[in-house]
Amino acid sequence: MIKHEIIEKNISLMVLLIIIVISGGGLAEIVPLFFQKETTTPVAGLRVLTPLELEGRDIYIREGCHVCHTQQIRPFRAETERYGHYSVAGEFVYDHPFLWGSKRTGPDLARVGGRYSDDWHRAHLYNPRDVVPESIMPSYPWLFSNKLTGENTAAKMEALRVVGVPFTDTAIANAEADVKGKTEITALVAYLQQLGTVMSNRR
Amino acid sequence: MTSFWSLWISFITLAVIFGCLILVVRTRRSEVYKETTTETMHHSFDGIEELDNPLPRWWFNMFIITVVFSVVYLFLYPGLGSYKGYLNWTSYNQWEEEMAHAEEHYQPVFAQYSNLAIEDIANNDTARLMGQRMFNNNCAVCHGQGGVGAYGFPNLADNDWLYGGDGATIKATLLYGRKGAMPPWLDILGEDGVRNVTSYVLSLSGQEVNAQAAAQGQTTYQAMCVACHGSEGKGNLTLGAPNLTDNIWLYGGSFEQIAHTIRQGRNGVMPSHGELLSEDKINLISGYVYSLSN
Repeated sequence: MIKHEIIEKNISLMVLLIIIVISGGGLAEIVPLFFQKETTTPVAGLRVLTPLELEGRDIYIREGCHVCHTQQIRPFRAETERYGHYSVAGEFVYDHPFLWGSKRTGPDLARVGGRYSDDWHRAHLYNPRDVVPESIMPSYPWLFSNKLTGENTAAKMEALRVVGVPFTDTAIANAEADVKGKTEITALVAYLQQLGTVMSNRR
Repeated sequence: MTSFWSLWISFITLAVIFGCLILVVRTRRSEVYKETTTETMHHSFDGIEELDNPLPRWWFNMFIITVVFSVVYLFLYPGLGSYKGYLNWTSYNQWEEEMAHAEEHYQPVFAQYSNLAIEDIANNDTARLMGQRMFNNNCAVCHGQGGVGAYGFPNLADNDWLYGGDGATIKATLLYGRKGAMPPWLDILGEDGVRNVTSYVLSLSGQEVNAQAAAQGQTTYQAMCVACHGSEGKGNLTLGAPNLTDNIWLYGGSFEQIAHTIRQGRNGVMPSHGELLSEDKINLISGYVYSLSN
C-alpha cells in the first residue's frame, strides 16, 4: 500500500483528481441542459416581467420568500390538484436566478397568480393571521411604507438582457418612471399576481 | 436531444460507473494482506497507527452491489441520453396514470351530482359535505371557515348578498368572479362633502347622526350615489352595490370607516374560479355556499 500516499502527500494532485471526479456528474447532468430545446425555449405566451413586477421579484428575494415557498409544482396528482398544472422548464427561461426553492414550509407559489385578490395579498402580507388564523408566516408591514426609487431598475433590466431576457428599449427607458414612488407592497403583489398564469391552472 | 449529447451523457455515465468498479476491484487486488493482520501501514499520527487490514468483505460487496444496482437501474429507467429505458417510464406518464386512476374512481362520485340544481345540492348531505371540504380548501382563505367572512371579504353565512344569493347567481360569481367598483369621492365632494354623506349613510340604518349634516349629505347622495345604491339606499344586486340600510358593513361601519370608504373608494375582487376548478367542483361548492344561509 504505497500508491495512495502519493495522492495524500501531494495536495495539488489530490485537488486535481477531486475536480476530475466531481465534474463527472456536472458534465453529464448539468451541461447538456444548456443546449436542450425543452429548457431554453420559452413556453407559448411567456412574457418578460414589467419593471414593477421585476422590483417585486427582487423584494421576494430580499425578504427570503423562496426560503419557505417553492415555485415548482411536481407532476404528482396531489400537487396538480392543489396548485394546477405541473411546472415545465420553459416557464423559467427568463428567471435569473430561478426561485424554485427547496423548502416547503408554506404552500407552493408557482401558480398563485390570480388565485386571490390584490386586497387579500395586501392584508395577508401585512399580517397573515388577519386572514389565515393558523398561519405561521411572518408579517411584512414595512413593505407598505417603503417606497421604490427606481434608480437601479433600468440597470437591472440591462443586466438581465445580457443573459437573454428580451426587455425592449422602451421598457428599459420607462422603467424608472414606472416604479418610482410606488410602495414595495404594490410591486410584490404585482409580481405574485403574474406567477404561473402563462399555463392553464385548472384543477 | 441530439445524438451528440445522448452519446456524451451515456459515455460519461458509463465511464464513471465502470471507473468506480475498476478502482474498487484493483484496490482489492493490491491489498498486501488478505486476512486480518497485526501489521501496520507504517505511518503514525499523534502516536496512532493504522493496521493494514483488508477492506471487510461485506463492505467490498456493498460497493459491487451499488455498481450492479446502477447498471440495472440504467437498463430499466431513462438515464443514458435518449434511451427511454426498458420500462418506458416518464414522470409525465406516471402523472397521467395517476390522473386516469383518480378520474375513474372519483368521476362517478362527482357525476352523481353534476345534474343537480345548486339548491338540491344544498339539501343533499353528502354533496354538501363534499362542497364544504372543497370550500375549506379553496375559499376559506378569504371567506373564513364556515364562510363567516372577514374585513373586506363578505360573510356568506348571513342572508345579505352583494350580487344575489340564488343558486345560479352564486355559481356565476364563482365561475366568473366579481369586481367591486366604488369610486373615490374625495376629489369630487371635498372633505366636508364626504363627512355629510357619511352622516346621511349612517342615518339610513337608523343610527343617530348630526341632522343638519345628514340633510346636506342627503342632497349630495341623491345626486351622486343613487345610480348604484338606489334612492332608498337598498343597493343594487346587478351592480353589486351594497344595501346601506341593513347595518351590515364589509369595510367596517364606524363613522371614520365609512368616511374612508367614500373618500378612497373600494375595489373588492372575487377572483374567477372557472379557470381554476372544474364545473363539477364549482357546483358542489356553490351548493355548500347556498346552504350556509338557507
